[in-house]
Amino acid sequence: MNGRNLRYDIFFYLGMLLICVPFLKAHTAYMPLVFLGVWGLRRFAAFAEENRKITSIREQMVSTVQMHQRLTVGIILAVALLVPFASSNYLIEVLTSAILYAILATALNITVGLTGVLVLGFIGFYAVGAYTTGILTAKFALCGFWVALPLSGLVAMLFGILLGIPALRLKGDYLAVVTLGFGEIIRIFLTNINGLTGGPNGILGIKRPSFGFFTLDHPRDFYWFALAILALIVLMVARLVNSRYGRAWIAIRENEMAASALGINVFRKHLLSFSISAFFGGIAGSLFAVKQGFISPDSFTFYESVLVLCMVVLGGIGNVVGSVIGALLLIAVPEFLREFSMYRMLVFGAVMIALMVFRPSGLLGSRRITQEIKDCEDEGQ
Amino acid sequence: MFLQHLLNGITIGGSYALIALGYTLVYGVLKLINFAHGEIYMIGAYLGFILISLIPAMPSFLQGNLVLVLLVVLLFAATICSLYGFYLEKICYRPLRGAPKLTPLISALGASIFLQNFVMISMGAKDRIFPQTIGMQSISMGGVSFTLLQLVIIFSSIALMALIYWFINRTRLGIAIKATSTDPFMASLVGINVDTVISVTFMAGSFLAACAGVMIGLYYGSINFTLGYLGGIKAFTAAVLGGIGNVPGAMIGGFLLGIIEALGAGYFSSDYKDVYAFFILIAVLVFRPAGLLGKGVNERA
Repeated sequence: MNGRNLRYDIFFYLGMLLICVPFLKAHTAYMPLVFLGVWGLRRFAAFAEENRKITSIREQMVSTVQMHQRLTVGIILAVALLVPFASSNYLIEVLTSAILYAILATALNITVGLTGVLVLGFIGFYAVGAYTTGILTAKFALCGFWVALPLSGLVAMLFGILLGIPALRLKGDYLAVVTLGFGEIIRIFLTNINGLTGGPNGILGIKRPSFGFFTLDHPRDFYWFALAILALIVLMVARLVNSRYGRAWIAIRENEMAASALGINVFRKHLLSFSISAFFGGIAGSLFAVKQGFISPDSFTFYESVLVLCMVVLGGIGNVVGSVIGALLLIAVPEFLREFSMYRMLVFGAVMIALMVFRPSGLLGSRRITQEIKDCEDEGQ
Repeated sequence: MFLQHLLNGITIGGSYALIALGYTLVYGVLKLINFAHGEIYMIGAYLGFILISLIPAMPSFLQGNLVLVLLVVLLFAATICSLYGFYLEKICYRPLRGAPKLTPLISALGASIFLQNFVMISMGAKDRIFPQTIGMQSISMGGVSFTLLQLVIIFSSIALMALIYWFINRTRLGIAIKATSTDPFMASLVGINVDTVISVTFMAGSFLAACAGVMIGLYYGSINFTLGYLGGIKAFTAAVLGGIGNVPGAMIGGFLLGIIEALGAGYFSSDYKDVYAFFILIAVLVFRPAGLLGKGVNERA
């Protein structure tokens, strides 16, 4: 590192400190430490970039996981099945909500990861699913859970199509903002239509699903049930990725113009991915409703949408298993760091920026896109 | 009653317009929506709060003079916020120049979460109440009543807009911004330092957003760390309404949105006050993405 660089860095961080001064209170007095840490990380990243050994270790780790994806999944599944025997009810509850988020992340990954459409109001579909179940099974008691579950998915899908038809004509930033607006509109309507949704008080007394003679009352049973649905959805999405549709989605993500020149109907494929994603979002919402037994608009804020997006980004945009791991990391890890829960979102934000700057493909990355980058590099040489 | 709503709408609309200018300017040079812009506005409001709480400690010649105090507060908050804008661009956008569109969007979202929580941790999650010491004298005129503060806010937002209009059309730096918006590559060929121009654009946008933050804070009397989210969305709606990338468009869009909101809240239902902005946003984006003043947008996002 040369002197000029160092001097620049010092000015840079001093300036940053200066603008934080008005906000320095007891809680944030160690802000200088954070900046020092960032500085150290940047230096380390530069060092790692130069030092081949560190880079190759990282690449090896990632490629091992990618090569043995099936084995990895098997191990994760086995551990996940056995965990309830060795943990408290509280931990099981935490893991169950991690599973629900994993379903959401997997669903969001279809639009964000596979078709490259940023959706910022995804929680809207989750809310629609949850309220469909709540209204059908508890508010008006029209049917049982087993009818409400697919219906929740279908209603969410309907919303997805209704939103998608006008919105998907837009691209990129605009589309992201429209979906954000959708999520907010859903929440505001849920708060204000008292007759149907119970307004700000929400819906109470949603019963756990039962198999006639056996009700999933114990957290452990519900955990397994949610896990089974997650596994099913992950399997479906993984199969979808390698299908004709999945390949079309990825083609659109990589180059929309080339894809449409090859005869792919971009709008229809977008709409399809959008509605499938909404369907799974609705299913997750339905599970959420029966897990909590109680739903209110407070559970469906913009913050949740961002949280799910974080999971997708952290795990690696476009990587199906990555989304699940991202969900586990973002829900379970903070539980063990309860004392620092205040700083959770602060760290999330910083991690999102750092990931985009240093490793835009996420922790695992999408195998296909990595492959393409590698191919290009080979050609270049 | 109508005039009353109109006046309230114009007061709020002026602030929306100021924030919307930041979106529009940045969109012009980078073709990117700065999602963290709303947080800069929120930080401006908090800086205003901190400074106004310090008024008793200020020299006595300042204390009695509303305009002078406001000027000092605005200038100070805006200067610090323009530094925030500078660092925001430097950290979250510059390393991602030329990356796929999704990447800077996500990093902007990250920045927005970070700033929001930074303020929440340092200033607390509860609403902060402005000490009501400034310009609360009520004035009544022809059935319309307003405060002195309201007049000052309307006047200063128009003055700031005139300032930015002058800056963009009359100064060298402003013309460089215009040149960069038209074609960054050509601008760099004729000797414009595009990096500097982009930094200046972010700083100018943040300057205006901070002023809006201070004024909105004073007007409503209480601020919260989530202010930036809704404020940002509404200002973005204003920018889109006027035609994103279009400077006069952002001003008109801001006032229009403020007025629509005030009338909607007054005549229909204030429960849905925040929904109007979203509906306008979606309607404009779907039916006329170019906005009111935009000329046929090239929809390559």
